[in-house]
Parts: sequence; structure tokens; C-alpha cells
Amino acid sequence: MSQKAIVLYMHVHQPFRVRHYTIFDAANNHDYFEASHDSRTSNEKILHKVAEKSYIPTNKKLLELLERHPEFKLSLSITGTVLEQFERYAPHVLQSFQELTATGRVEIVGETYHHSLAFFYSLAEFEVQVDMHREIVQRLFGQTPQVFRNTELSYNNDLAYWADRAGYKGILTEGWDPILDWRSPNFVYRPTYTNNIRLLMKNYRLSDDIAFRFGDRDWQGWPLTADKFAHWLNESGDATNFNLFMDYETFGEHQWAESGIFDFLGDLPGQWLGSGDHTFMTVSETIDSFDAVGRIDVPETITWADNERDLSAWLGNPMQQQAVQALYSLQDPIIKSHDLALIEDWRKLQTSDHLYYMCTKWFNDGDIHAYFSPYETPYEAFTNFMNAWHDLRFRLADKGLIV
Amino acid sequence: MKVLMLGWELPPHNSGGLGVACYQLCKTLSKKDVDLEFVLPYTADHKIDFMRINSAHPQDVETVLKAGIAYDSFKYIKKTGEVTWVDLFGQSAIYEKAVERIVEYTEYDVIHAHDWLTFRAALRAKQKTNAPLVLHVHSVESDRAGMEKGGNPMVREIEYTSMMLADQVIAVSNHTKKAIIREYAIPADKIIVVHNSLDTLDVQPLDPDNTYNYLSKMKSQGYKVIVNVGRLTVQKGLPNLLRAAKEVVARAPKTLFLIVGSGEQERELLLQAAELGISRNVIFTGFLRGKKWRDAFAIGDLFVMPSVSEPFGLTPLEAIGYGTPVLISKQSGVSEVIKNCLKVDFWDTDEMANQMTAVVQNDGLRDALHQNSLHEYHQLSWNDAADKLVALYKHHLAVATV
Repeated sequence: MSQKAIVLYMHVHQPFRVRHYTIFDAANNHDYFEASHDSRTSNEKILHKVAEKSYIPTNKKLLELLERHPEFKLSLSITGTVLEQFERYAPHVLQSFQELTATGRVEIVGETYHHSLAFFYSLAEFEVQVDMHREIVQRLFGQTPQVFRNTELSYNNDLAYWADRAGYKGILTEGWDPILDWRSPNFVYRPTYTNNIRLLMKNYRLSDDIAFRFGDRDWQGWPLTADKFAHWLNESGDATNFNLFMDYETFGEHQWAESGIFDFLGDLPGQWLGSGDHTFMTVSETIDSFDAVGRIDVPETITWADNERDLSAWLGNPMQQQAVQALYSLQDPIIKSHDLALIEDWRKLQTSDHLYYMCTKWFNDGDIHAYFSPYETPYEAFTNFMNAWHDLRFRLADKGLIV
Repeated sequence: MKVLMLGWELPPHNSGGLGVACYQLCKTLSKKDVDLEFVLPYTADHKIDFMRINSAHPQDVETVLKAGIAYDSFKYIKKTGEVTWVDLFGQSAIYEKAVERIVEYTEYDVIHAHDWLTFRAALRAKQKTNAPLVLHVHSVESDRAGMEKGGNPMVREIEYTSMMLADQVIAVSNHTKKAIIREYAIPADKIIVVHNSLDTLDVQPLDPDNTYNYLSKMKSQGYKVIVNVGRLTVQKGLPNLLRAAKEVVARAPKTLFLIVGSGEQERELLLQAAELGISRNVIFTGFLRGKKWRDAFAIGDLFVMPSVSEPFGLTPLEAIGYGTPVLISKQSGVSEVIKNCLKVDFWDTDEMANQMTAVVQNDGLRDALHQNSLHEYHQLSWNDAADKLVALYKHHLAVATV
């Protein structure tokens, strides 16, 4: 029996949320992201809250695990927007991530700095944001990303082709059944129309057992222990790599400490490594260690989100489409302005979360989308965003760049 | 002559034109030797010296506050400090009881009631005192429902019964008179049209600086602004305005629409603008008061009131006063009063788009329209309306004393 690896990959992200920004702010204040501290949209307040509940305790636990188990490894993607907020509001949190990467067993995955959907609207802008992200990762962690993930694990053949040409050795996406068909996500694959790059696909059942179902007392798997989970992996049959991909904030934020999630995390490496030929691998190491078992063809964009596994949570309603079109329609004059503050504000508005807050799919159910939104309604999110857009237009008009 | 006025709101606690019309009408009447007592359903200091203000509420209640806009519920603060909420029908019934008590202590020559919420109280007062009853109809239920024969059957019942029993019905326009006849078959000779007006001295002047800096900037770049101010409710016909706006933007892309107000259609309209692909051109401000509200009229190149059915419609007059010409639906009372404006059937979105496009593409048309309408604006006065009412009071008094 060959070696089997858990490939734990976690995504760290916070957007710069737009404050309550009215048409009377437009042309007067350009501080879209600077809510007062008592506001629901205060980025500083939210960052501190998530740091307390998730980043600080999770990093502490991960560092302990790295020290205790030489075979324990993981991969992280950390967006530029959250790194910027760490530097501004919580340098000690940034330092705790740097302590993880200093072990040499934590790999940083590449992506867009702004957690944007730029790939689908402007390749030039997308490439700039990927470069910006690479630079900040080099500066803060001394690594150059070898593996790429696009926002929300959005993926299609074009993206794989681009990443292959850009020199990445691997790319990540969802292990979605209609794509895999009879095949298992627990192997390395090769994207169709590419030469060198490899594809790792999320095992969403196992990942979501941790990320979504862990604290659900109505779930038949509850309570989930590391012992039980390791047993499930053992029972999974032929496999080389179990791709456990999830939001980092699963630990302590989506699943609260009271659910026992930190105990689970603390116990998992010991349980997994204690039996059989088991190990942990980073994403690069997985690609280096195992041959691709087949080709994967994804003509239509998939993501890791919702039951639809598409972009409909970001682009599904007319408000979202209007907002994104309005934003990218300003690209030429914004770039030509050479005004770095203006360009950066425009980029921060590209963060996909702004569109997510406008999602009306399940607005009435008060579900996961509502939980993650700092706005009362999707309409409020849209109005704030469009007012900020009007101000961008004002700033361009003020420079004589558009009429 | 002592007149008991029954009304639902007065400025600055008004949600719309009803309060303004009542206030200005009473002010003018008070100068014609009419002794007025105005009964309101809530407690507030109005700083009014030309008539007595009485709040109708139960004896154990300290304060009644109006909540939010238009037809919302009322907050009761009892003398014990206890707080309760009462809905519109409950409030109307409480108001009726309070008015019944008021007429026990004072004699009045005429009872004059404004709109359905006060009509039950008005009937009760007439039953108690046998004074002549004048019902002043500022809108009927089908207007508010945006549909002929539509609306709440309980409200319709109140309107029908009261108007049948009243001595006199006053409609604020021919449009409203027709609606009363159509909806309730009230005899036409019982209904007199007394057009609303506007006391231009009462209009708050503009400051020199307009608060819409963004729109001012865009105007300096050749953009034009079309404004609507009002509640975002079915009666106001805004979906038609948005459909027409799409056509305007297709032909004159530098046109921005400023929609001021709130209401149950707010989300629907936001989505509609997105569906039409004109979100970049349509700005929703939400509910505004004061300077931001006044400046909205002033920033426009054109004010549009596309109402499905507007018994009168004060905002176009205010727009003219603040420097903006108007396009109004033919289904409005104000279109019977003002000549130098553009008029369109509320349903005719092509023609609405045609006229809006003409104005944004032709400053000469805009300026001529405004100049001429401003001349009409300066002629506005409540004097004629007050004279008509005084004559009417006297007539009914004479009939009653025979």
C-alpha cells in the first residue's frame, strides 16, 4: 500500500468593507472603507474580533502541531487585503503567521491580491493583482507561490491554461461531481490543454464535514472526533491525497471554540499519523510526489460555493451584474490616472465580497450569506457600493479623465 | 364662526402633501375671521398661533408619537410610563372617541374633516352636535391603491358611508371629483372642487450652496439631472418612470435620475433599475428632509411626477419654486392648475421618454418652460380656496338654522 497524505489547505481573507456611504459623501469624502469603530462595517473591529476568535487561537494550535509532529504540514492562501489589515491593525497576528511559515512546512498559495473576479473581466488587471500578491508574499513570508488558486476556487480551462503558461506547477479547484464523474478527488489530475501544470481538487464531502457540519448536532456524524475522521479516511479506499480545502476562519469563527473544533484540529495529526503509511503534504509536495491519473476538462467556470458551485452568489442578480460592469467600465481612465490612491480604491472595490453582500438568492432565509454580511440588506450593500462608484467617477471627472 | 377641523397631520410632522395643504388652508382661513380648532391624532408642539391645536388621545395617555412615515403605527406613552403601539385603524377609533368627548364641551358651527382617517370621528361629531359636516377629500382609496375600484374594503366603506352622509364634499381637483363619483357614486352636485394651492411665502428658501456636489460636478461635465421626489409607492408610478428612463439613457447617456424618498417599492425599484441596466444612471437617496430635500428639487434640469393617480400633487409646484421645470402625469390634480409644463399619460412611457429626452437635449426648452411656469408659480395663493370655503360654511350655516 502506497503512502497517503492529508493535504490541508486553508484560505485566509478579509475584505475592506464599504461603510455606510451616501450620495452626499460622493464628491466630498473618498474614505469608502473607513467606518467609525462602532459601525457594523468597521474593518478594524471585525478584524480584531476574528483575530480573537480564530486567527490567534488557530495559529497557536497550528504552531504547537508543527512543533510536535515533524510530518505535519499545511498550505495557506492569504489575500493581500487581509495582510494589509494585519499590518495596519494587528501586527501580532501577522507575526503569528510568519512563525508558521518560518517552520518551512507551511506553503503559501498564490492568488489575486484583492480577492477579485478580475480574471473574468480583465486579464491585464488580473495579472497585476497576481503580481501584487506575489510581491507581498515575498516581502512578508520570503516565499514565491508555486501553486495558484483563483478567488472562491473559481476555475475553468482558460485559467488552467493561463496558470500553466505563467509557470505554476499546480492549481486548486473544487472536486465537483459533474466534472469528476466516476473519478475520485483523492488523486492528482492534469488540466486538459496544458503541458506541465497539475490540478488538485477539493474533497468537498470530507472538507465540509469539518467546515460546515462539524457543529451541527442534527448531523448523523456528530460529534466528529479526530479518531472518527481518521477512520473515515482509512475507509476511503484507493487514494493518494485527501484534499481538505476550507476557509481558515472555519476554526473559531464559523465553528466556534465551544464546538470542540480546536480539540479536533489538535488531535487530527496524531490520529492520522499514528496508523498506516500516513503523512501530511503541502500542495507543491503533493504535486511532486504523485503522478497525474487523468485529465480534467472544465469548459464552464466552477467554484467551491453553494449547491450550484458557480459564480451565481456573486454575479447572479442584476444588481451584482450592474455593479461589476460599472466597476470594470472605469478601468482605462483609472489606470491612466496614475493616481495610486485612486487605483487602489478601485481595486479594493473589486474584492468579490462586495458582490457577495448583494446576493439575494437566500436573502429571506437568513442563512450563511446573511451571516457573513455586515449590511442589513443586499440593497443597502448595493447602494453603498454604487455611491462609492459614483465617487470614483467624480474623481476621474475631476482630473478631466472622463466626461 | 367656529370650525372644528379634523386632520391627521400638520408640518413639521407630516409625511406628505396632506399636512401642508391643511396647514396653509387653515392659515388663510384664520385671516378671514374663521375661528379654528384643529384636532390631531398625536402630541407635538407645532408652534402655530393662528388656531388652537388639540391632540386626540385617551385620558390616561401622556404622549402619542407618530412613528416613521405615512401610514405607520402610533406609539403611546401612558402616564404610568408604559409604552404601547396602536395601528392605523386602532388609532382612527381612538381619535373618534376623543373627538366625541371634545364636542361635548364646546359648540362648533361647522365640522370640517380631512381624509378618511378622520371621517368616522367626523360622523360621530355630526351625530352628537348636528352641525353641518364638510368632508375634504385629498385622496381616495383607489388613488392610494393605484387601481380603480381597488384598495382596502374597510377604508372604501368608511369613505363611501361618510361621503353619503356628509352635507358637503370637497375635492381637491376635478380628477378627484371624478374619482369620487366613479368609486362611490356620490351625487356630483354634492361635490365642489376647491383646488389646492401653495403659499409661496411659506416655502423655505434655498441656501446658496447645493448639497449635491457630485451631481453639480457631473452637470459641469455636460450631464443632466431628472428628479423625482415622493413616496416610493404604487400610486406614484415610478416603474413607468424607470422604463422611460432606460429609453432616455439610450439616447442621452449623460442623463442621471435622482429618486428621493422611501416606501414599500424601494427594493423593487432598485432591482428594476438593475434589470433595465441603468443602475449607473439612477441614484436612490432614501428618505430625506430639510436642506437635502430642498436641494434635490434645485439640482434638477427637470422634475418628473409620473403618478398613476394624484389627487393634487404639491411637489411639482415646489420644484418650480426651486428653479426646475416639470413633467407631470395627466392623471394629477395639479395638471388642472399649471399650464406651462409638460404633461403625459402615466402609462405612456414612450411619450414620457420623448419629453424627457427633449428637455435634456435642449436647454432652451428647459429654460423657457421654467421661466413661464415660474410666472404661474408667483400667482399661486390659497385666497380663492379660502373664500370658497367661507362662502360654503355660511351657506350651510344658513341652511342649518332655517
